[in-house]
Amino acid sequence: MQAFFIIAILVLGLLVIFQIAKASEYVSILQGEEKARKQSNKINGFLLLAFLIIGLIGVYYCNESLKGKILGDAASDHGVLIDKLLYITLGITFVVFLGTHIALFWFAYKYQESDTRKAFYYPHNNKLELLWTAVPAITLTILVGFGIFYWFKINGDPPKNANVVEITGSQFKWEFRYPGFDKVLGKKYYKNIDDLNSNPLGQLWDDKYNQDDIYSTGEPMKLVVNKPVQLVIYSKDVIHDVGLPHFRLKMDAVPGTPTTMWFTPLYTTKQMKEKTGNPNFVYEIACDQMCGKGHTGMRGEIEVVTQSEFDMWMASKKPQYIVANPDKDPSAPKPTTDTLKIAAATTLPK
Amino acid sequence: MSDATLHLHPEVETSHHVHADEHDVHHHKQTFITKYIFSTDHKTIAKQFLITGMAWAVIGGLFSVLFRLQLGFPDQSFPFLEDVFGHWAKGGKISPEFYYALITMHGTILVFFVLTAGLSGTFANFLIPLQIGARDMASPFLNMLSYWFFFLSSIIMFSSLFISTGPASGGWTSYPPLSALAQASEGSKLGMDLWLVSMAFFIVSSLLGGLNYVSTILNMRTKGMSMTRMPLTMWGIFFTAILGILSFPVLLSGAVLLLFDRNLGTSFFLSDIYIAGQALPNEGGSAILFQHLFWFLGHPEVYIIILPTMGIVSEILAIYSRKPIFGYLAMVGSLFTICILSLLVWAHHMFVTGLNPFLGSVFTLLTLLIAVPSAIKVFNWLTTIWRGSIRFTPAMLFSIGFVSIFISGGLTGIFLGNSTIDIHLHDTMFNIAHFHLVMGVAAFFGMFAGIYHWFPKMFGRYMNNTIGYIHFWITLIGAYLIFWPMHYQGFAGMPRRYFDKSSWVSFNQFADLDKMITVVTIIVFATQLMFLFNFFYSIYKGRKSTVQNPWNATTLEWTTPIRPGHGNWDGEIPEVHRWPYDYSKDGRDFIPQTEPIGANESVEH
Repeated sequence: MQAFFIIAILVLGLLVIFQIAKASEYVSILQGEEKARKQSNKINGFLLLAFLIIGLIGVYYCNESLKGKILGDAASDHGVLIDKLLYITLGITFVVFLGTHIALFWFAYKYQESDTRKAFYYPHNNKLELLWTAVPAITLTILVGFGIFYWFKINGDPPKNANVVEITGSQFKWEFRYPGFDKVLGKKYYKNIDDLNSNPLGQLWDDKYNQDDIYSTGEPMKLVVNKPVQLVIYSKDVIHDVGLPHFRLKMDAVPGTPTTMWFTPLYTTKQMKEKTGNPNFVYEIACDQMCGKGHTGMRGEIEVVTQSEFDMWMASKKPQYIVANPDKDPSAPKPTTDTLKIAAATTLPK
Repeated sequence: MSDATLHLHPEVETSHHVHADEHDVHHHKQTFITKYIFSTDHKTIAKQFLITGMAWAVIGGLFSVLFRLQLGFPDQSFPFLEDVFGHWAKGGKISPEFYYALITMHGTILVFFVLTAGLSGTFANFLIPLQIGARDMASPFLNMLSYWFFFLSSIIMFSSLFISTGPASGGWTSYPPLSALAQASEGSKLGMDLWLVSMAFFIVSSLLGGLNYVSTILNMRTKGMSMTRMPLTMWGIFFTAILGILSFPVLLSGAVLLLFDRNLGTSFFLSDIYIAGQALPNEGGSAILFQHLFWFLGHPEVYIIILPTMGIVSEILAIYSRKPIFGYLAMVGSLFTICILSLLVWAHHMFVTGLNPFLGSVFTLLTLLIAVPSAIKVFNWLTTIWRGSIRFTPAMLFSIGFVSIFISGGLTGIFLGNSTIDIHLHDTMFNIAHFHLVMGVAAFFGMFAGIYHWFPKMFGRYMNNTIGYIHFWITLIGAYLIFWPMHYQGFAGMPRRYFDKSSWVSFNQFADLDKMITVVTIIVFATQLMFLFNFFYSIYKGRKSTVQNPWNATTLEWTTPIRPGHGNWDGEIPEVHRWPYDYSKDGRDFIPQTEPIGANESVEH
């Protein structure tokens, strides 16, 4: 019903506009085209100038009302670099925007058709053209220079002491794997993926590096504050993207082609809660590459903690190797015949 | 009374009697079918492209209104949606599958069917013979085929909207594996096959058209029409056609390989996939390969969209400022530079795919280089209107709007083209705002300007000016209201293609903004319907054009009869003696291209 009314109002509005337009066309013919043109010229010239002024006020107002909503300071070292370049670019482009727009609308207003002035035949001027080839070229060289300098910093090799965390995307969730004490992630192969037998990532159990790897999903990824971390990014099915808005980073997760990115988180989640004044603050992982109907819900969380908190959390986790092969658990009591039977029953091929 | 003034000089309009023996004007008897359907007249084909493009624009625009409803009012239900779309909008709420189908089709339709076929197809076909002085295109028959392949492709794409699993819904970029695997999404079932087949026919159409445009411009210029005496519209269209010829075949190869992966079990784009509880046998393919193939067309594609409008706008700014375009050769040179560079920047869409960082830096450099010729164009446009004698017709207003929107959208390209900043802004709403302004809205503004300007030549009547003004002002203000604040969503990292942001802590702060954008979108869309009404109404009932050259323009199309027949000029094709921008020279308002250089003229051209 509401929709019907809206449509009816729109149609009526259009009808009214049409009638006015038709009438004004007749009027302009009666007045003489010359006069009508001059009249509408004046109106539109004025409107262009008004648009410039009101538009610039609007730009200011828009900035005032939205600048508080863009996530505050970057929370990673690389994010700080990216923000810096972003604001440099914003400064330069805004000056250009302002200059060209004032020129465009002011010229349009000032040089509207008039009886007292004739157009100026001005087909070219090599000096001017050289000037506005050179100035943009120099400006852009500066931006490219900054950009490439930061780009290689961000994409360079991670420091030797960096932690490694593996993140795997699939429709529509994120899974994490942490290397244990050996600091090395074990090998995996996608055909070994077996959710029923607790091998969601397809780890190869005979690779000894796998034996202490910690698997986790459905809880935040844990990162250590001020400690560089390298994310190794996989996808099981379609292309996803690990988007970290607070860290200002993102990298695609491509099936068949692992990717990496590294950064250093600067603030713990607790610090961010204080900093933002928001007790519900969390670092979010947003899938930034469309991956199917659940794309919007492909949300993960990151919790940045101190080293000791991280160590405690790691100690509380069981390696996935043990979860999948409970008989290999050194801390478990020596298996009695009963538990052996149960273990055998659960690993029987289906 | 007014009727009499409206229909002054009816004899001018019917002054088109051809002495068939004197000139090679086609003058065979025409039936309705040969005249309006299987026509080989470039002007009719242009109108066919235009009107088909308009039909697509309404569909594509309507889709954007629908998904904006979801984005602006995610909690509200709209029962009429269920009435129309059934299970796609159960309970009046758009389902995620439907949402992704809508955005995919919105992109595909507007990029390819409206702003490529509808725009190039219209103005290239209509203007090339008229502005270079030719009877028709080099091959009128191929030209007709070009339209009918486009029509076939349209029919296939349109039919995909009605199948039970829905149309393609993997985004207009159709990245595999999402688009390759039926298990991955509903839209990747039959809908995707139809999408690929439709695109294949579309590419055929665009190649037939493009080859025709290039060969016509190179070979069929009238006497005296050297390349540097062509209006800038011709240059824009010429480079567009070259770009299309060089890049569209690459997309065709991508589409064919994807069809193979989907239906023949090949592994061009597939590797190491575990989906729906099953490991697929494909190994060794590369999902990224498709992105290279796609963007090798996809990036030139945005210039295929914008170059013709740059030409149109240059022409219109000069005419209504009553001044020559400033720096004609620089304008041609910058079109050429943009054309070359646009073929060398495709991987800037792939900065975050794990691309080799060294390649990333090369593509950053090449991408930002494009800003230089773009800046030259902008400054030259500004200088063109400087000290002019400007008449604000709707065409001129849309051209001024084009410059404004092109600047706003172009400047944000400097953010995205810089790989470092792109890491943060890639695939966010910032990107949406950027390309909608610079190639969406700007291209539409150029197209509107062209339609308002050449309408009298197309139909021998005028469109209504008042509706034109209202159309312009609402569209300009609306475009800024919609897309300007969207940049802030992007600064916050809000991803594009999100169906509902309410569950996100980082992105749910923009609910009011999204509502505003949706309301403005609806108003702007309604305004476009008003424009269409004006267009079709004016074809039949508009004020009649009574003069041959209503805008006092210098170019050749205004030397034809008011309603030119097939063959364009009744007598001989006029000879050209000068460039097309002699406005306000030596105290004369304008000097047509056909006028020989006078003895006392100041500068030669």
